[in-house]
Amino acid sequence: MEITYVYSKFRREFGRQGLFSDRAEAVMVDIQPNPRLMSNFVVKTPRDQASQACMDMSEHPRFESSNCGINHMEGAWPKDINPRDLEQTVRFKKKIEKEENYVNSLVHLGYVMDHCIRQNNTIDIYQEHFKEDEIEKVPEFPTAKTMSVFRDPNQVKRTITGLSWHPDGGRKLAAAYCSLDFQKSPPDMSFDSYIWDLEKPNYPEMALKPESPLVCLDYNPKDPHTLLGGSYGGQIGVFTFRTQVVPRSCGTPGGAILWWDVRKLSEPTERLVLDPSREGNLDQALGAISLEFEPTMPTKFMVGTEQGMVVSCNRKAKTPAEKIVCTYEGHHGPIYAIQRNPFFPKNFLTVGDWTARIWSEDIKESSIMWTKYQMSYLMDACWSPVRPSVFLTVKMEGVLDIWDLLFKQSEPTLSVKVSDKALYSLRIQDNGQVLACGSHSGEATLLHISSGLSTLQKNEKSLMAAMFERETKREKILEARQREIRLKERSRSEQSREDEAWREDGDEDPEQILAKVESDFYSMVEVEMRKRERERRAAALIWIRRRRQTR
Amino acid sequence: MSFRRKKGAEVEETLKRIQSQKGVQGIIIVNSEGIPVKSTLDNQSTVQYSALIHQLVMKARSTLRDIDPQNDLTFLRVRSKKNEIMIAPDKDYFLIVIQNPSA
Repeated sequence: MEITYVYSKFRREFGRQGLFSDRAEAVMVDIQPNPRLMSNFVVKTPRDQASQACMDMSEHPRFESSNCGINHMEGAWPKDINPRDLEQTVRFKKKIEKEENYVNSLVHLGYVMDHCIRQNNTIDIYQEHFKEDEIEKVPEFPTAKTMSVFRDPNQVKRTITGLSWHPDGGRKLAAAYCSLDFQKSPPDMSFDSYIWDLEKPNYPEMALKPESPLVCLDYNPKDPHTLLGGSYGGQIGVFTFRTQVVPRSCGTPGGAILWWDVRKLSEPTERLVLDPSREGNLDQALGAISLEFEPTMPTKFMVGTEQGMVVSCNRKAKTPAEKIVCTYEGHHGPIYAIQRNPFFPKNFLTVGDWTARIWSEDIKESSIMWTKYQMSYLMDACWSPVRPSVFLTVKMEGVLDIWDLLFKQSEPTLSVKVSDKALYSLRIQDNGQVLACGSHSGEATLLHISSGLSTLQKNEKSLMAAMFERETKREKILEARQREIRLKERSRSEQSREDEAWREDGDEDPEQILAKVESDFYSMVEVEMRKRERERRAAALIWIRRRRQTR
Repeated sequence: MSFRRKKGAEVEETLKRIQSQKGVQGIIIVNSEGIPVKSTLDNQSTVQYSALIHQLVMKARSTLRDIDPQNDLTFLRVRSKKNEIMIAPDKDYFLIVIQNPSA
């Protein structure tokens, strides 16, 4: 639609500048929408609009890389000279050396270089000349980051029951795979255990093929090419990287500790029966689960048993009865791990049932420190090799706990949920920063701990020594008191032995006691559950209130 | 003839003087294309050093020139944990010296 405005002008005013004047606006044309045109259109429902609420994934498969060397060839030689021909290259070089330009520049460069070399030799130009105040490190939140996961390449997944770091720098990790479900393993389950290279998480570097699955394995600390593996069928095998030694059978020890010399694997060199009454009676022997051996104390070693007792033994004792020095009781279930503190060898850590306990060698009645009863079973533990106050535990619910005794004793400093499946084994590398934990489904997860948990703090050793001493003293005092009370009781009971009433009280029915204990237990659980429910409800209310406020 | 030989001897003298300094581990002379002309190290190290350092010097020089075209590289020191690599560049050649100052 053409909008035109017609105006007229006098002829004598042609060529003159246009004199504009302002005027109120006026609507020239108003085009209203025409509802009848709507019939030409139709509303389209539904509309197709594609959208995705998931992560962007790459279309390409997992990127696998391999390492290979690159052959550097000499380049830059002029075209007519063959770099391999020594004569030609030497002639070329000699020609250059004769040029005047070469000589002049070299002499000049020589002076410059000489000056700098002398400078270097005189003083260390990069040295700190002014001692700066030590910058206060900002206390960072302890973190643990997963670096990589090594998965069992077989179809049927097995539990990782043993882990061991390569003693030379820890670039390789050996993992023992075995299904711990007694007699439930499927027939086509592979027996292999693997050695992983940390740079290649996609496939294992080497496979060990024993006759029956390996339950635990360890690198020989003196010889990084040999591995010792203990298998499910009770055999011990030595694997070397050159050939694979066929494991020798030894018969299930079950209650006895056997010493083996690697060179003579046909029969044990020594034998010790783990009998707490020191009679050497195999029937009364306890089943051993974990062993602790500190290379700096070669005569003593400790065994953790299925019954929850730790037996400390002396290797050099003459008679078998003297070999068992003492026992430490405290756990309600099998002790899965036992390790001495690398900085304070008199204190050792044990883990079993739902607690982790720290013991002092001198106090035999009870542990000097222990954690609260946790929600699930603790399966493995180890001290940090760089910090005397840090130790780590793994639980059946797939959680890794890092405890720092100088920071908080009632709770772990850091709790990381590593996997949904139970974690069975844990090993920390010698540098204290990298650790591997193995799960029920055959995954070994590599974690990197923050530097706050893996660097020695100021005064840490002395503080820990003081803490251990304090706790040991406390236990000693308690022990002395207990002994006093018992002595008093005994003397009193001897006096009133003819008293009938006392004997009746003592004859309480064991069933009654059990019933009482049960009811006590259930009432405690009820109270705890109610408390938790209350807390949860309170938290929910606070959350709702806060939301209402922000709205 | 004798004049040229004297000059040649000067180069030898310079290199000997540098080599005799405390802590000097090796000297390499490289031309502008990256060919090692003279070296006191074994062949493989020489080839490796000359190729890598040549690239480094080119990069450093071009960096400085990009920032300020009037500027130019006069000396380059690469200090590492184990030793120090010093490079004196020129228009056509450069002199590389590897020194361990604490030795």
